[in-house]
Amino acid sequence: MSEERFSEAGKNLSLFKEKPAKVLLAKPGIDGHDRGILVLARAFRDAGMEVIYAGLLPTPEQVVDTAINEDVDVIALSLLNGAHMTVFKKVADLVKEKGITDISLVGGGTIPEQDKPALEKMGISGNYGPGTPMKTIIDHVMKRAAEARQKKMSGLH
Amino acid sequence: MSGKSHSFWEEKLKEYKRLLERENPEYGEWRSGTLSPWQKNKPASGNFENSSGISIKEVYNGSDLPDGYEKKYLGMPGEYPFTRGVYPDMYRGRKWTMRMFSGFGTPEDTNKRLKYLIKHGESGLSIAFDMPTLYGYDCDSQRAEGEVGKCGVNVTSLKDMEVIFKGIDLGSVSTSMTINAPAAVLTAMYIAVAKKQGVPMSKLSGTVQADILKEYIAQKEWIYPPEAHLRLIRDMMVYCTENIPRWNYISISGYHIREAGSSAAQELAFTLADGFYYIDLGIKAGLNVDDFAPRLSFFFNSSINFFEEIAKMRAARRIWATVLREKYGAKKPRTMLLRFHTQTSGYTLTWQQPLNNIIRTTIEAMAAVLGGTQSLHTNSYDEAWALPSEQAVKIALRTQQIIAEETGIPDTADPLGGSYYVEWLTTKLEEEAYRYFDQIEKMGGILEAVKKGYIQKEIASTSYRRQMRLESGEEVMVGVNRYQEKEDAPIDILRISQKAQERQVLRNSKVKSERNEKAVINSLNELEEAMRNEKLNTMPYILKAVENYATLEEISNVGRKVFGSWKEPVIV
Repeated sequence: MSEERFSEAGKNLSLFKEKPAKVLLAKPGIDGHDRGILVLARAFRDAGMEVIYAGLLPTPEQVVDTAINEDVDVIALSLLNGAHMTVFKKVADLVKEKGITDISLVGGGTIPEQDKPALEKMGISGNYGPGTPMKTIIDHVMKRAAEARQKKMSGLH
Repeated sequence: MSGKSHSFWEEKLKEYKRLLERENPEYGEWRSGTLSPWQKNKPASGNFENSSGISIKEVYNGSDLPDGYEKKYLGMPGEYPFTRGVYPDMYRGRKWTMRMFSGFGTPEDTNKRLKYLIKHGESGLSIAFDMPTLYGYDCDSQRAEGEVGKCGVNVTSLKDMEVIFKGIDLGSVSTSMTINAPAAVLTAMYIAVAKKQGVPMSKLSGTVQADILKEYIAQKEWIYPPEAHLRLIRDMMVYCTENIPRWNYISISGYHIREAGSSAAQELAFTLADGFYYIDLGIKAGLNVDDFAPRLSFFFNSSINFFEEIAKMRAARRIWATVLREKYGAKKPRTMLLRFHTQTSGYTLTWQQPLNNIIRTTIEAMAAVLGGTQSLHTNSYDEAWALPSEQAVKIALRTQQIIAEETGIPDTADPLGGSYYVEWLTTKLEEEAYRYFDQIEKMGGILEAVKKGYIQKEIASTSYRRQMRLESGEEVMVGVNRYQEKEDAPIDILRISQKAQERQVLRNSKVKSERNEKAVINSLNELEEAMRNEKLNTMPYILKAVENYATLEEISNVGRKVFGSWKEPVIV
């Protein structure tokens, strides 16, 4: 049923014909609330993406290193402990420091509306809260994955 | 769960299968004679399955219950098997404790909030800690950046606990601390504060959660590998049984298992399986089951499927009493009592149309009271977004007060006892639990099942199924996937100032500059020795380190050195 619903978006786009969209899911803070991220991992996989889950308690450094080593298209960050403004920022800063332009950043969790513009400015988009339809999230992740993949393919990085 | 108990679960499972596989001629006749003609032109549509995947019939009658059910399985309140409640007079004698979980920011903020709640009639304290504290990191640790005071109060050293309880007499309140991995350290800090107030250990009353098994299952807040934490819990059990007779040193928690996505039946089964493990642990440590089991209490979730929740709580009481008596040979009725705290479900709260959450919480709170809870936390309507504001907390507390003092619900014990549906569902959920107990034992016990990731995967699968049902609209959340509205900016929420971290770091450096460094090092070295020696009890060593103002992270680092850390099995 999930295949129909999410229409294998991860494979269908011509960009991803050879190699499906690759996403690293991570909770980069000290936060064990993993219900949401585990559901996303399965839903993303059902949508045809290649999913890597960073496990619990990785540091921002570990997250970025894994993303580079695995050559992912998207780093999807989740936090429900209120530390997103500090911890998401650390990830964004590290990505910038390392001069990476072909990996997109998306976020989610309990993120108040007021924080979203600042996160967007750091390049972290989405920032969806609880209750967001899965399709909305998947569409957004795929859009950001496509941006990253285009850059990878044009060798702009 | 070992040895001769093997056949115990199989026998129980057989017994429950027998109870539930019953002929029901009246129902059959009613279906064909009355229901079918009625539905001919308007067949019922909809989802009649509860969270546990149990199909619900159109109606239940006396034939759904086995002969002699009332006498053997129901009994009266305060009597074995305690299905109808743990006390004879239930809420007439004493209302449930209205225990509002609180704690945020600095110790000063929390001290103020606790005093506010006491002033508004709350009868027991409950403290939430922030993530660094829960994971055994100090406020100035690199890992703590941005997280200090966010999800609860930060405690780095004894000094912080002194501030939290300033002006609150520990001899006259009972305090519940939601702390797991570092529970022994926080218990030691509480003892140390009491000593400074001149309150003897024997007068202390309270609870630490300390249920480490459910951390590996659901909440995922650990410091060391499971065996190391279980050793420390054993030490705390033995120490507290001898020294703090009114300290509930483990609150066996289903709450987080449920919030992580399990069904009601899974919450029931995994929580009680954890409970039986702690019973085994105490017995192995040489304690008599009648001496320590009464100190174990439980903590359940009350979610939105009203009758399922009530049945779950009743089933939990009956299973615990039965197993403690039949399997563990408990003699005292007190040992067989499953006393529990309840919190309404955080997962059912929505950020959309947040005032609807007041209604959800009310229904869940009623289920907890009808289920016979001993204490209750009602969530605030703004909690899908952040920690609750003062106004939202007050409404949540008022919800309980209305149930307690206006509705008449607490006037009689177990008002739903004898309901065909509730009794059948109670029995059915028990069967589901016994099926899991049997399966877990066959896997080598709960610890093995957790280390293999089996329990975590079971929960993740249930959670994913539910999410897919929400996506498809088979399951409804009002305001989320039905009756949506275009919404304005979110409600006013409490924001934790980034200043909390600065203030904590300042205090901590002051503590460190004033303490006797040599005493700290000595007590940490002694603690390391104790940790390395399985035969020693670590509690007195932890207490000594705490009293010397060794910090939480310093103490935890001793454990990290001795026991190492833990990596979760792959579950996705």
